[in-house]
Amino acid sequence: MNRKLLLIDKPLLYALMFLAALSLAVLYSASAKDASVTVQHFLRIVLGFGVLIGFAQMRPELLERIAPWIFGVGLVLLIAVLGVGSISKGAQRWLGLGPLRFQPSEIMKLGVPLMLAWYLARGGLPPSWLRIGVALLVTAVPAAMIAKQPDLGTALLVAASGLFVLFLAGLPKRLMLIAVVAVAAAAPVLWSHMHDYQRNRVLTLFDPEADPLGTGYHTIQSMIALGSGGFYGKGWLNSSQAHLEYLPESSTDFIFAVLGEEFGLIGILLVITLYGFIAGRALLIAFYAQDSFTRLLAGGLALGFFLQFFVNIGMVAGILPVVGVPLPMMSYGGSSILSLMAGFGMLISIQTHRKIVEL
Amino acid sequence: MLNIPIKDYLRETRIFNARLAVTGIIVAVLSVLLLLRLVYLTIIDYRHYATLSQANRVKPLPLAPARGLILDRNGAVLAQNFPVYTLDIVPEQVDNMADLLAELKKLVRVTDTDKKNFDKQLSERPKFEYMTLRSYLNEEEAARIAVRLPFLNGAELRARLQRHYPQGGLAVHALGYVSRISEQDLERIDKSAYRGMQHIGKLGLEFMYEDLLFGRLGFEKVETNAHGRALRTLERIAPAAGKNLYLNLDAKAQAVAEQALGKRRGAVVAIEPSTGAVLAFASTPTYDANAFVNGIEPAAYRALLDDPDKPLINRALNGQYAPGSTIKAFLGLADLEAGSGIDMNRQVFCTGSYNLPGSAHQFRDWKKGGHGAVTLHDAMVQSCDVYFYRLAVALGPERIKNFLAPFGFGRATGVDLPAESSGLLPSLEWKAARGLRWYPGDTVAAGIGQGSVLVTPMQLAAGMGTIANRGVRMKPLLLRGYEDPRTKERTESPATPAQEVPINDKRHWDKLFENLMDVVHTNRGTAYRIGYNAPYHIAGKTGTAQVKTIAQGARYDERGTPERLRDHALFVAFAPVEAPKVAVAVIVENGGHGSSVAAPIARKVLDQLILGGPADPKQAPAPRPTPAAAPEDDE
Repeated sequence: MNRKLLLIDKPLLYALMFLAALSLAVLYSASAKDASVTVQHFLRIVLGFGVLIGFAQMRPELLERIAPWIFGVGLVLLIAVLGVGSISKGAQRWLGLGPLRFQPSEIMKLGVPLMLAWYLARGGLPPSWLRIGVALLVTAVPAAMIAKQPDLGTALLVAASGLFVLFLAGLPKRLMLIAVVAVAAAAPVLWSHMHDYQRNRVLTLFDPEADPLGTGYHTIQSMIALGSGGFYGKGWLNSSQAHLEYLPESSTDFIFAVLGEEFGLIGILLVITLYGFIAGRALLIAFYAQDSFTRLLAGGLALGFFLQFFVNIGMVAGILPVVGVPLPMMSYGGSSILSLMAGFGMLISIQTHRKIVEL
Repeated sequence: MLNIPIKDYLRETRIFNARLAVTGIIVAVLSVLLLLRLVYLTIIDYRHYATLSQANRVKPLPLAPARGLILDRNGAVLAQNFPVYTLDIVPEQVDNMADLLAELKKLVRVTDTDKKNFDKQLSERPKFEYMTLRSYLNEEEAARIAVRLPFLNGAELRARLQRHYPQGGLAVHALGYVSRISEQDLERIDKSAYRGMQHIGKLGLEFMYEDLLFGRLGFEKVETNAHGRALRTLERIAPAAGKNLYLNLDAKAQAVAEQALGKRRGAVVAIEPSTGAVLAFASTPTYDANAFVNGIEPAAYRALLDDPDKPLINRALNGQYAPGSTIKAFLGLADLEAGSGIDMNRQVFCTGSYNLPGSAHQFRDWKKGGHGAVTLHDAMVQSCDVYFYRLAVALGPERIKNFLAPFGFGRATGVDLPAESSGLLPSLEWKAARGLRWYPGDTVAAGIGQGSVLVTPMQLAAGMGTIANRGVRMKPLLLRGYEDPRTKERTESPATPAQEVPINDKRHWDKLFENLMDVVHTNRGTAYRIGYNAPYHIAGKTGTAQVKTIAQGARYDERGTPERLRDHALFVAFAPVEAPKVAVAVIVENGGHGSSVAAPIARKVLDQLILGGPADPKQAPAPRPTPAAAPEDDE
């Protein structure tokens, strides 16, 4: 058993720190050299690493015990946000707690996989039909509430993290086949219940030029930013798309476009390699984990992380619809970084608290 | 912790690892797809997006070049640029819009239309742009605003150069004018070269030398943000001002010509025979080109169109007239050259009319009772029609046409003006092509410049210049040269010979000169009234072109004929005979006689061009040429 003073997974930590450093450089440029934004991001990262180290020291058994509680608190806060949350940009996502404002939906990114890992591990793998049903409900309720805010991006991530855990737990293939058919059948119904802006975003994906100044604008401008960066990029602080305000949300959801414009394909490869390494490392931790709870949790978190950066970059590159999914670590925004770092803290905890020697 | 049976544990591990492997593969495949997409964007589509990015960022703002001036041969300004002022407002710099507008209204007149246009701009355009409140402020209004400007935050007085013709309608048919760019203009010009420009040369020299006058648009490449606000100037390409044109035209002679024509409809063209330089180019009535610069008022335009005198017609270039007896100047040479046709020593007895053999139709002479026995010399001096009827019949239509063609008749002279008319030099083929027969009578009429033959004043002047230049026809040119206003580098237009009249015997020129001089300087000459007191020798020929067909047996009665059906008065001349400096053609529509109406106008223009002003009456007239004695022998 490891008896070090500080339990940490060095490759993961270094990769995250490298990413954090890069994010500061890009954000400084993307925010039009706004030092206060950059400093605030830096403070959040520092706080995030604190949270990460904190969770890393926590034994997985404790995590398992508090898992339902975290989910429960998250759910209560989600209900609260629908009742009294503040509105920003047409969406009710924020909950103020004194001077702090945060998005409870971010808690659910961890709460749902925690809850499902705990619940499914208790029943043994593969899960029974009853447990599958309950698990789906546990996933669907918070996802639906988040979608109602409306925050489609986070809702999709939360729903996906639940489904990932279910999949890893051994969801029967028959059921998955039925689900695929059901989704295909339900798509028109879902379509009719979507907000207009959500529908437009999906349509825009197929033809961004159809409405270049409306819904297609984000995609066109981000593709211009990426494409005009070329191989070497325009150089740090030289993103004309961001500085001349052509690129919207340049320091939040579309920060990857700024990275691409300033650092070119080289910068893109570097960042994607880092993300790939982190996702791979997380999957490896899941592979090395030694009981069902930690395996399912690690796998769910790893896939959730992958999905988030894949959807964000896919959206910036114009191959996925514009949904509000921030780029992990890079995008400016507090709640997102904290939930991300907490997740990695849990992963490191799983990695460093293995009990059984390799078989 | 591990209280589950080992069998279950292994099963769970197997299930989980299998699922993890599947997700691992999916993650890897999706990552590769994402990477391929990014490589595609940044490498394959790089050029496309780089261009879009640049287009996003950089906006070229056109900088208008100053249009070249047009000056006469002595440097008198005929077309210039005049500053006009526009009162603009930049709304974001205004403290209180209502106060500012109230203040401005006290200083200048702002109509409701102005206000409406301004409000429209205000609601449609970004607040940092210039919005026009009033255009075309006069000097006084501009001055009133300028003084108060420091107290009028957000208001700006902006000057723009506008074309101005300081001499009004002078030489308007040569100069043309600039006016607003129209839809038709946009179809023929390079739109990018005229971005932001409002005016373009429409007619005359302004049209012909548009490329020289316009110069080249400059650009200010400014970086703009997504809202269109200019942030900084990246690059400035200064506009290249248009070239200043120096004309061959003599503004004083032009004015003399236009004044001499007065209210009559007519044209005067004067050229320098040795170079083809166009010294005067008048067509009356004229009109003020300044009215067209900013788009003429519909009512004013209507009035010009409806004017029975048709001031918009360029008579010097597009007026096509029967040359009348002026053609005798040219046919006289044909007579000398042909020799075989009618022997030049031979006399023709003029009875006052001519009949084709076997025809009862009488071709009358202008002089009742005839001129008696006339030689070619007499026939030219007195403008005997019967002599030239016989000459024309003897030459035949083909020889007449072939002889006149090298003088430039029947085709455009190539003067540097747009849309020149070609006149008409009829031939047998020309008539046949229109299904018309060539009657022997057509040939007879051709002898005195009647019938189908048509000439423009430009052609007549060029033809007379060809005689004066002893057969070498020069291409007429209005443009003397142009100058780059910055470098002062001057480019001259070269005088270019267009054609040479083939001639058997060079001495025939001397004979022709003598005959034409006697038209003006001998007391029997039809233009003696302008020659008797001339301090230099003029060679000329009068002409009176019939507009109305006179019935057989009837006489033309000038007073009894409505003005519009009266004869056109013509006169062609060159001077001084010894070293010709000016060839001139004058046409006065329905003016009556060439000798009494057209010739005095020509004399005034010649005086101006040769003497620099009206002849001093006290100055001794040029000595009379020796009276035409018995025609000399060929040798």
